Amino acid sequence: MNFQHTDDRRMLADTLDRFIRDKYPFATRDRIAKSPQGFSREIWQELAELGVIGALFSEADGGFGGEGFDIAVVFESLGRGLVVEPLLCAVLAGRAIAAAESGAQKQWIEKIIAGESIAAFAHDEADAHYTLAHVQTRAKQEGSDWVLSGAKAVVQHGESADVFVVSARNSGTVEDEAGISLFLVPADAQGLAVRGYPTIDGGRAAELTLQDVKLPANALLGAPGAGFATIENAVGAGIVALCAEALGAMDEAKKATLEYLQTRKQFGMFIGSFQALQHRMANMLLEIEQARSAVINAAAALSAERVVRERALSAAKFSIGRIGTLVAEESIQMHGGIGMTWELPLAHYAKRLIMIDHQLGDEDHHLQRYIELGRSLRQ
Amino acid sequence: MDLNFTPEEEAFRSEVRSFLAEELPARMAEKVGTGKHLSKADHEEWQAILNRRGWLASHWPEQYGGPGWTAVQKFIFEHECAIAHAPRIVPFGVNMLGPVLIKYGNEAQKRYWLPRILDGSDWWCQGYSEPGAGSDLAAVKTSAVRARDDKGEHYVVNGQKTWTTLGQHANMIFCLVRTDTEARKQEGISFLLIDMTTPGVEVRPIITLDGEHEVNEVFFTDVRVPVENLVGEENKGWTCAKYLLTYERTNIAGVGFSVAALAKLKQIAARQKKHGKPLDADPAFAARMARVEIELENMKTTNVRVIAAVAGGGAPGAESSMLKIRGTEIRQEISSLTRRAMGVYAQPFIAAALHEGFEGPPVGPDEAAPAAAQYFNNRKLSIFGGSNEIQRNIISKMILGL
Repeated sequence: MNFQHTDDRRMLADTLDRFIRDKYPFATRDRIAKSPQGFSREIWQELAELGVIGALFSEADGGFGGEGFDIAVVFESLGRGLVVEPLLCAVLAGRAIAAAESGAQKQWIEKIIAGESIAAFAHDEADAHYTLAHVQTRAKQEGSDWVLSGAKAVVQHGESADVFVVSARNSGTVEDEAGISLFLVPADAQGLAVRGYPTIDGGRAAELTLQDVKLPANALLGAPGAGFATIENAVGAGIVALCAEALGAMDEAKKATLEYLQTRKQFGMFIGSFQALQHRMANMLLEIEQARSAVINAAAALSAERVVRERALSAAKFSIGRIGTLVAEESIQMHGGIGMTWELPLAHYAKRLIMIDHQLGDEDHHLQRYIELGRSLRQ
Repeated sequence: MDLNFTPEEEAFRSEVRSFLAEELPARMAEKVGTGKHLSKADHEEWQAILNRRGWLASHWPEQYGGPGWTAVQKFIFEHECAIAHAPRIVPFGVNMLGPVLIKYGNEAQKRYWLPRILDGSDWWCQGYSEPGAGSDLAAVKTSAVRARDDKGEHYVVNGQKTWTTLGQHANMIFCLVRTDTEARKQEGISFLLIDMTTPGVEVRPIITLDGEHEVNEVFFTDVRVPVENLVGEENKGWTCAKYLLTYERTNIAGVGFSVAALAKLKQIAARQKKHGKPLDADPAFAARMARVEIELENMKTTNVRVIAAVAGGGAPGAESSMLKIRGTEIRQEISSLTRRAMGVYAQPFIAAALHEGFEGPPVGPDEAAPAAAQYFNNRKLSIFGGSNEIQRNIISKMILGL
């Protein structure tokens, strides 16, 4: 047993932590998150230069990492800094592109790793409520071309993307796993409309409408109708990323709350001397350690066979959903009124923690999924 | 045991319902029902409507312009208003200061200030909390020193108040100030009425985590306050403060708000889909909704039990702490489920969409716009009005004798 990260990963995390401390203090993050773009190109470029994006991809794809623990160390740091730059997009869209066979398509990964391009993952749809196979957007073949029509919901950084990985159904009914295809859709494609907006936890997302978007044959990623496994794989890496990000955010929320309990005085003493709060703080610590273990389990399982992997991922996302909510709510409550203010970074950690439960499946969704996957193990 | 209201009380409920059906402007109910923010003018308009009917000051005795309602009638009125999506009554003047003036004010103060509360001449805000005095309210430091000049005897006030709800609309603030720094901390406090247009008063907004401006800081620098504005005796303000807090707690369970919010949640859960079926058919979500509904049913009865116990008059004591704790937990859980029901659409947040005049299309379902913001905003419920931790202390001490 060894629960230490490799030296390379530790060094990367240290570099990233230092970068965030020096270049990304809360005031900067707040300004960037509220900006019209919702992130900073400059910071994005610098993260690329530090190798942060490359760490998310395997050597075969032009990176130098790409394993569960590579993703985890990076996103834990990002979570500590509440970083809004499109790294989750890189994981989701990048992983999907990595599954492609054609070299021309894979060139996008190179550009993502270099910080030159942003690829967004346009998969969620209204009414899907986190069901991964729920795809209503249609793909029709016309000669050698594909024609896409439909809508995609809450696409992170949709306005800033140069290219979208879009899921569309060429056969089957709405929740069938078979019949889903993936396409590379350039941002300037005819018939593609992007409506951007801010999100409550900082940063931006967009609604996509596709109206008879005509794509050449080489826009198809992988085999037609066989996109589900790729989506599941990309989302799996995304879940590790989000869970690790949440862990970083929880550690910061806990640190801020502990500091507050040790400095805030009421009734002539530090509020941390009240047993009612001591027990809650102890409970929060215990829960966060459970969350840390869930992230380790998920990261380790990322390369395992499907059911083992997906169960660990659902277990982690469920744990993070539950514990993230607890940490967000308890941290605000123990801060009192001040925990409700925009001025205090804590409030933004809390918002991020809650919103992570609204990305790639919430607590209830993953609990149910965990049960169903368990059933398939016994069969 | 009889859980029913009397025929007279039922008749009163009908009267309130028909009043709301006729007098509550649809535009306002729509705003409240859809989670939009109310303007100062909206509040003033609604309170003027209530005042015309004589129903604004439900806690006041008839001789001062109150309706002379029983505790049960007050409960019915507040409940019906909430489920009809009426704007909440801004409580600071009518529900907090009013009762204090009626009990501790002198004749001149009652004659001058009470009618102005009713007709909306003054918008009051509450100057209680300070940066160093939250749960420990008696630790207030804002000082008021007596002085005399050619214009007469007055206090000079210096210090800072915080979490002043809607202070940006107010022209008057009632404050707990320290008039004796030597005495034990509860004994050197006075209750002072301060005109916010006086030189030296400065209001600064506090932006909350949902990006809204609802609360403020109020700074006092050498503010001259006439001695006539002292309510009750000097250094006896803590008595007023405690009395006022019992009124702050009468509707603290907010059962009506929960009933309205749960009805809305059910509509949302019937419309939102998972696996092509309504979300209320999803076992996990249905269980969450059922749990909070059961809790609310229990709370309705707990609430009326407390009310029945004080039906002879007066305000509930430590029992109201139970109502505060569980009532706010229920409200928070309902807004948490509303957020959960939105799925990925809890994330988009266009702040302007919650204000009047927004013309843009919604992002996702209509109900999505306020869901996450309300959830975050409602975190305040377990903090303000005596945090739920303080309420548990009260139960431990006052009911359990620990």
